[in-house]
Amino acid sequence: MNAPAGQNPEILSARADFPLLARPMHGRPLAFLDSAASAQKPRAVLDALRDFYESEYANVHRGVYLLSAQATDRYEAARETVRRFLNAPRAEEIVFTRGATEAINLVAESLGRSGRFEPGDEVVLTVLEHHSNIVPWQLMRDATGVRIRAAVADAAGNVDVDAVFREVSDRTRLIAFSHVSNTTGSVLPAREICHRARERRILTLVDGCQAVPHAAVDVQDLACDFYTFSGHKLYGPSGIGALYGCHDLLASLPPWQGGGSMIEEVTFERTTYAPPPARYEAGTPNIAGAVGLAAAIDYVRRFGSETIGRHEDAVLRYGVDRLDAVDDVRLIGTPAERAGSISFVFDGVHPHDVGTVLDREGVAVRVGHHCAQPAMRHFGVPATIRASLGIYTHAADFDALADGLGKVKELFRP
Amino acid sequence: MNDLRDLYQEVILDHSRNPRNAGRLAEPSGTAKGHNPLCGDLITLDVLVEDGTIRDVSFDAKGCAISVAAASIMSDMLKGKSLAETHDLFRRFQDMLTGPDAVAENLDKLEVLAGVREFPMRVKCATLPFHTLRAALDNQSGTVQTE
Ligand SMILES: Cc1ncc(COP(=O)(O)O)c(C=O)c1O
Repeated sequence: MNAPAGQNPEILSARADFPLLARPMHGRPLAFLDSAASAQKPRAVLDALRDFYESEYANVHRGVYLLSAQATDRYEAARETVRRFLNAPRAEEIVFTRGATEAINLVAESLGRSGRFEPGDEVVLTVLEHHSNIVPWQLMRDATGVRIRAAVADAAGNVDVDAVFREVSDRTRLIAFSHVSNTTGSVLPAREICHRARERRILTLVDGCQAVPHAAVDVQDLACDFYTFSGHKLYGPSGIGALYGCHDLLASLPPWQGGGSMIEEVTFERTTYAPPPARYEAGTPNIAGAVGLAAAIDYVRRFGSETIGRHEDAVLRYGVDRLDAVDDVRLIGTPAERAGSISFVFDGVHPHDVGTVLDREGVAVRVGHHCAQPAMRHFGVPATIRASLGIYTHAADFDALADGLGKVKELFRP
Repeated sequence: MNDLRDLYQEVILDHSRNPRNAGRLAEPSGTAKGHNPLCGDLITLDVLVEDGTIRDVSFDAKGCAISVAAASIMSDMLKGKSLAETHDLFRRFQDMLTGPDAVAENLDKLEVLAGVREFPMRVKCATLPFHTLRAALDNQSGTVQTE
């Protein structure tokens, strides 16, 4: 097939910034198509981590000495970097977490304990959610007696605004959904959902894990109440992520975990809590992680999220066309708007077997249920093969995938 | 491709496409479900034991070629074996896949699965049927998991 039109030459050379991608795999060039699980790291991030540990590291918010003051500045500068990245109004609205999973648990637990939810109130999710945007709400349900409803997707894997609002009632207090599905790559109409929810005074939480690597996000334009993503899927280190929460909510919800840094005054009778974001950051945070995440965001900003999105779109379309041209492949999800991921099955061969063969061909894909079992049930498959891309993915990686699928056919249909 | 051909030998592909002893027993003495969350392999296995001897085994497996073939080959070999022989077989099977010296000792037809050793991520697929059998022999309720 011809090279895809619309690729950006600057982004095409970004691959050289990622040292790991030079590593051969089973004696072949590595075609890394699992960025949706976790992305590889550019040298800029690796250098930022090492420089920080070598010259500026100390605990934050605690010491009177210069090093601690500098480390605190770097940590807070990272918060400002995330604020700008999401266009949040205030830096205090950015809470550092371990990742999206921790952020959603934080929101679900704090909301659950806030007294805002009564038995019979409803939380609306979608059938495409990652387990991390299902299970925390079930834990909250067990504690509060709320009901959970799930908006359905159509056969192509689209979840439209009407499908979401069909599940909404007078009792709905919150809608939590992923901006982009980690299984089908479906882009959800986040702006429309959040705006309509706000009109009805329903809270919204958007899981942006699979969106921020591929598109510019503006939480003010979206009009969401909470937005979260994990750093490791955005070329940053693992163990760091961020939660945006609108200030009124963060300032009024009860804290999540207790410990150092989140208090104003502690006595054995009573403790008063710090204002956000410190209120939600008990204990020593992942300081270097925040610095690394800021470096990752700076790296992405060098190209611009919109430029990255346009370029990746060209590569992703090429990938879809390549896969579609393989006889035995059936795409799982053909959403109208797609970002990042393509799921498919191979006729008559279990995804796990396909994954093993591809691995030996140097092609790294994810096989399984992708922590989205309700989505698998929706499509009537136990598992899929998922190819997902990042800034460094080339059309040639999808060529390697298509060739690898030829090997699958050779082995299983001699 | 060579180790892949070792892994996916014709015998294995044949068992995975046409598993022997597929289905359910009318009156099993033990039943168990096994699940490998990593790849979604799911097996329901019935066993009939009389006088300390396995008389019949049947299973319903949804999963990858390795787990279905392992269940099929295993079920073929077990009829008439004592419980002690069965446990011993499982131990030798595990040794072949993960033991220090990769010996395939009296494993008969199960030896075609020796290639799995080179694919550590897939060992659990091959051992799931045995784990499930063991649970069925104990007639444990619930689901055994490989994770
Ligand atoms: C859509 C989505 N939400 C949430 C998560 C959970 O992210 P993490 O494991 O980094 O907390 C993932 C990652 O797998 C994801 O793809």
